[in-house]
Amino acid sequence: MTITTPKQAGGGVAPSNLVTFQIDELEVSVPKGTLVIRAAEQVGIQIPRFCDHPLLEPAGACRQCLVDVSMPDREGNLRPMPKPQASCTLTVAPGMVVKTQRTSAMADKAQHGVMELLLINHPLDCPVCDKGGECPLQNQAMSNGRSTSRFVDIKRTYPKPISISTEILLDRERCVLCQRCTRFQEQIAGDPFIALQDRGARSQIGLFSADVLGFGGDVPAGPAALDESGRPFASYFSGNTIQICPVGALTNASYRFRSRPFDLVSTPGIGEHDSCGSAIRIDHRRGAVLRRMAGDDASVNEEWITDKDRFAFTWQSAPDRIATPLVRDETTGQLRSASWAEALDVAAAGLAAATTAGGGHGVGVLPGGRLTLEDSYAYAKFARAVLGTNDVDQRVRPHSAEEDAFLGHAVAGRTVGGAGSVTFTDLEQAPTVLLVALEAEEEAGVTYLRLRKGVLAGRTAVFSVAPLASRGLDRISGTLVAAAPGTEPEVLDAITGSAPLGQLRTVADGLTTAGSVILVGERLAAVPGGFTAVLRLAERTGARLAWIPRRAGERGGVETGALPGLLPGGRPVSDARARVDVAAAWDVPSLPTTAGRTTTEILRAARKGKLSALVVGGVELADLPDPAKAVRAIEKVGFVVSLEVRASAVTELADVVLPVAPPTEKAGTYLNWEGRPRPFPQALASTALADHRALDALAAAMGAELGLRTITAVHAEIDQLGAWDGARIDAPVESAAEPTELAPGQAVLASWHLLLDAGRLQDGERFLAGTAKRTVARTSAATATAAGLTDGELVRVSSAHGSVTVRLAVTAMPDLVVWLPTNAPDCAVRTSLRADAGDVVQLAPADPAGDDVVSTDSAGSDNNDEVSA
Amino acid sequence: MADDARDPKEPTGDAEVAQTHPGGDLDRPVEAAGFESLIEAKTGLGEMLAPVAGFGVTFSAMFRPTITEQYPFERVPTKPRFHGRHQLNRYADGLEKCIGCELCAWACPADAIYVEGASNSPEAQFSPGERYGRVYQINYLRCIFCGLCIEACPTRALTMTNEFELAGPTREGLIWEKQDLLAPMPVGALAAPHPMAPGATDTDYYRGEVTGTAEEQIDWVREFRPDDPTLPGAATATTAPAEQGRTR
Ligand code: SF4
Ligand code: SF4
Ligand code: SF4
Ligand code: FES
Repeated sequence: MTITTPKQAGGGVAPSNLVTFQIDELEVSVPKGTLVIRAAEQVGIQIPRFCDHPLLEPAGACRQCLVDVSMPDREGNLRPMPKPQASCTLTVAPGMVVKTQRTSAMADKAQHGVMELLLINHPLDCPVCDKGGECPLQNQAMSNGRSTSRFVDIKRTYPKPISISTEILLDRERCVLCQRCTRFQEQIAGDPFIALQDRGARSQIGLFSADVLGFGGDVPAGPAALDESGRPFASYFSGNTIQICPVGALTNASYRFRSRPFDLVSTPGIGEHDSCGSAIRIDHRRGAVLRRMAGDDASVNEEWITDKDRFAFTWQSAPDRIATPLVRDETTGQLRSASWAEALDVAAAGLAAATTAGGGHGVGVLPGGRLTLEDSYAYAKFARAVLGTNDVDQRVRPHSAEEDAFLGHAVAGRTVGGAGSVTFTDLEQAPTVLLVALEAEEEAGVTYLRLRKGVLAGRTAVFSVAPLASRGLDRISGTLVAAAPGTEPEVLDAITGSAPLGQLRTVADGLTTAGSVILVGERLAAVPGGFTAVLRLAERTGARLAWIPRRAGERGGVETGALPGLLPGGRPVSDARARVDVAAAWDVPSLPTTAGRTTTEILRAARKGKLSALVVGGVELADLPDPAKAVRAIEKVGFVVSLEVRASAVTELADVVLPVAPPTEKAGTYLNWEGRPRPFPQALASTALADHRALDALAAAMGAELGLRTITAVHAEIDQLGAWDGARIDAPVESAAEPTELAPGQAVLASWHLLLDAGRLQDGERFLAGTAKRTVARTSAATATAAGLTDGELVRVSSAHGSVTVRLAVTAMPDLVVWLPTNAPDCAVRTSLRADAGDVVQLAPADPAGDDVVSTDSAGSDNNDEVSA
Repeated sequence: MADDARDPKEPTGDAEVAQTHPGGDLDRPVEAAGFESLIEAKTGLGEMLAPVAGFGVTFSAMFRPTITEQYPFERVPTKPRFHGRHQLNRYADGLEKCIGCELCAWACPADAIYVEGASNSPEAQFSPGERYGRVYQINYLRCIFCGLCIEACPTRALTMTNEFELAGPTREGLIWEKQDLLAPMPVGALAAPHPMAPGATDTDYYRGEVTGTAEEQIDWVREFRPDDPTLPGAATATTAPAEQGRTR
C-alpha cells in the first residue's frame, strides 16, 4: 500500500498512423483522425472556439473556429478551399495547409465576422453576469473581435433567467447556441432534459417540454417522473452543463452573484460523496467555500462530477458544527464546552478504565465509513495498539461476516495495475459488465458515466442483477437480470455456460470474454450467500471483480484495517505472522488475538453491557440496520467518546465530544473503489484537527504513543508497513437463505439509497434538494392489484415497527416485491420500518381518511428488541 | 562545425544588443566636458549688490496678498475634480445605482474595495435589475484616491466627492460600509428597497428616464414599511404631476 498514484503508461503512436500537415507554416505530425483544432493546440496555436469540447462529439455549431484551409489535389497542387472551414469538425489530411487567424487575413476576418454576429443579440450585461471574469466570450471578443459595435438596432431579448431546475438558471439572451449543454446531456449523461428549440433568430435552449417533444418513453410515467420541486426530473449530472457553458447562459442558483473569479482561491480536492474519488476544485473566498467545480482527471472522472459532489458542500460549515470539545458535566448532566486538555483527560480516563487491561469489559470502535485513509488508519491502530481490541468496524450499514471474508479475500490489497484490478478505463473497454446489488447511477455517479461511455461506443454490454430496471439502467441499454431481494445467489449461480440459451446464458458467455467485469455493491452484504455466489461466478467465468461501496472511506478502510478481521494492508488478524509484523512496526509487544466484533455485534455487546465504552467517529445512527437499537446501545454503554464534525444523534449522547475537521479543512487521501489513492490538500485554513491528530492526542493522554500526529508520519508508517505478501483471508462459504413464505398483502422489500436523499452531507442545500427524485414506492402491476393498490395513489408500507405512506409507481418488476428509497426525506426505511432489503413488509392502500400528505410514522414499539437481538 | 567557421568580425546577435559605451548607447560623449554656466556673470553695481539682491524678493513679497489657508478654521473648497471620498449614488426614486458587480474592486490597484453581490427579489429590490451590492466596503487605509474604480463602474454608481477629511483613530473606523458611503436621499426619493418604477427596465433607469418616485412605489412602501422616514417627503413630491414617474 503506497500513497503515490501510479504513472499512466504513455501511449506511443506508430509512425504509419501519423498524418503530416502544415499549420501556420509549421510542419506537424499527429495521429490520424485528429481534429485540426486539437492539432493546433498541440503546437500551441490557439484557435477561438465555443462549441468545441474535447469530450463531446464535434458539432460545428458556433463557427468561431474558422480557419483558411488548402488541400493538395490529385496532382499534388495546393488548392485553397473556397470558404473558411470550421477547424473543430475538420480532421487532418496529409499535405493539408491550414492558416489560422495568425497567418491568414481571411481567417481573421471570418472570425471577427462570426464574433460580431454572436454579439448582435448578446446582452453584454457582464457586470451582472456570473461568468464575467472567466467568460470565453468576453475573452475571445477581446482577442478575436472588433473593438466597437456597428449594430444599432434593438436586440432580441428574453425574460431574464428562467430556472430549468431549482439548481440551474438559464439566461437565453446570453446563449451562443453552441449546444455544449444539450450535447453533454445527450451524449454523456443521457438525460436530454434541455433541447434546442425554435428556428432562426428565435432558436433557444429550453426545457425539453414533454407536451411538445415527448420523452421518447424513457421516463417512468406518473409521480416518479417529477423531482422534489415538481418539475420533470432533470439529471444528476446537470451541474456539468454550467461548467462547460462557454457563456453565462447557464448559471447556478446557489452561486448566483456570490463572487468573481478574482476573489476566489482554488484548491484541488476530491469528492467526498462517493467512492469514485472524483477530482474537484474547491473555490473559496475569505474562508468560505462558494462553489465546487469538476477537476480534470482523465483516468478517473474525466471532466465530469455528479451534482452531489458539485453542490453538496454546505454541510461542512453548517451552523451545528462543533467548535470546541464538549464534556458531560457531572452535576448538570449536560454537555458543556471544555478545553482540549480537559476533554482529552476525561476521555482518556474513561477509556483507560473501560479497556480490559483497565478492568472494564473493553471498548468498541466505530470509525464510520467516510474517513480518509490516514484517519481510518489511526482508528485501526488506536483500537489495537492503545485499546487492545479488534472490535473496530467502519461499516455503518447492513453488513455480515460473509462480507468480512469477501473484503479480506477479494478486495484488500488490490491496487491499480495489480493483478485482477479493475479501473475506470477497464469499465469503458469491458465487453460485458455485470452489476450486482449496485445501482451505478445512484451509488457511484461517475462510474455510471464511464459505463455509459463504453456502451455508447458499442464496446460494452451491461447487465444488472436487481429487482427492477431503473431509468439509469435503461439509459445504458442495460439488461435486467431480474432477482427478487434475497434470490441474488440463486440467480448468480444460474449464470453458467451450460444454462439454456437465453438471458443467463448471454451473461455467462459475455463474462467469459476477456476483459469482462463484475461490479458488486455494498448492498450484497445483506443477502446471505451473495458474496459467495459472486466469487463463484467470477471464478467460473474468469471475469474480474470490483467492489464499489457508497461511502468515500470504505475502500480505504479495508486497506487500513478498520474492519474487525483485518490489520493494515489487508493482513488477517488470525494470521500470527501478520500480527507480529504489525506489532513490530507499531512497536508494541503484541496485538490482540481475539477475533473482533462487527458493528452490529459491537452495538449488541454495548447494549447488553458486554462493552464498557465506545469510540465513535462520523457515524449516523439512522444509517445503521436498526437505528433504534443503536441509540439504545449508545445510551446504555458506560462511556462514549465521539469524534464528530457536527452535532449528531451520537454527540448528543456522548460523554466527551472531540470536534474534528471536515474534508475541506484537512489534508488527506481517499482510496477510491479502484484502489487508487486520491490525495487532496487542505483547502481552508482551520484550527480543527483531523481525526488522526485527535486520536494521537487522545492516545498521548492515555500514556501511549500513537505516532500519527502529522500526515507525513502516517504516510511514513503506512509505507514502512508495506504490502502483505502472505495469505489472504479465506473466501466466504455461506449458503443462501431459504425464501420466506409470504402471507397475502405482504411483499419483500427492495431498497437502495438514491443519490440525492436525506443524507446529512446534503444538509443546507435546498437548491440541490429540489432536484432529487420524488419518493415513490414501486411494485409490479400484479402485486398492486393483489394488494388493492392503484398506480399514482398512496400506498402504506408497514412493518411491525411502523409505516411509510408514499405514492405508488407501477413498474415492470418481479411480483411480491416492493421497492422504496432507503433514506428519502419522506421515506426513511430504516428508521420508520426498521426493515431493510430482503425483509417482509405489509402493503395496503393508504388510509382514505389520511390526507394527501406523504408521511412517515415510526410508532414502533421497542419491547421485542431484546428477544430478536 | 559550420558555426566555428564563422568570421569573427561578422556581427552576431549578441554584439548588436551589447552596449557600445558605458552609460548607454546614446549619442553622448563618454568624457563629460567641464561645467560652463550659461548665465552671464554680473559686473559693476550688479556684482556689488549680488549678495543682498535675494532680499529684494522677500521685501517685495511683503506687499502681496497672503494665500495661507487657515485650515481647519477656514475651509476653502477644493477644485471641483478633486479626488475625495467615494459616494454610492442613487436614482431619483431612491433605488441604489450599485449593482454589486465588483468591477470597482477589480480595478482597484490598492485592493481597498470589498463587494459582495446578491439577488434582488420582489420583496427586497435594492437596485434596478437582478443584482445589487449587499456588502460594500472601502478601506480608506488602503485607498490611494486614484479614481480607477470610478472609471470602472458601469452604472455610475460610484463617484468621488470632494471630501478629504478622512483621518481617524481606529482601523475599523476607516473601513467605510455601504450605509456610510450611500449618497443622501435625493429630494422626493424613497428609501430602498422598493419595486422599480412601473414598466421601467434597468436600461431605462440607466438612461435617466426615471426622474421621480411613482405612486405605486410609494404605495408599496406604505404597505410594507409604513414608518419609513422618507415616505412623507416622497409623497409630497409626487403630488406635483410634472415630477411623476418616468418621462418617455
Ligand atoms: S456571457 Fe460573458 S460576455 Fe456575455 S454577459 Fe456574461 S460575462 Fe459578459
Ligand atoms: S446554454 Fe450555454 S452551453 Fe447551452 S447552447 Fe447556450 S451557450 Fe451553449
Ligand atoms: S460601485 Fe459600480 S463598479 Fe462597484 S460594484 Fe457597484 S456598480 Fe459595480
Ligand atoms: S468551435 Fe468550431 S464551430 Fe464551434
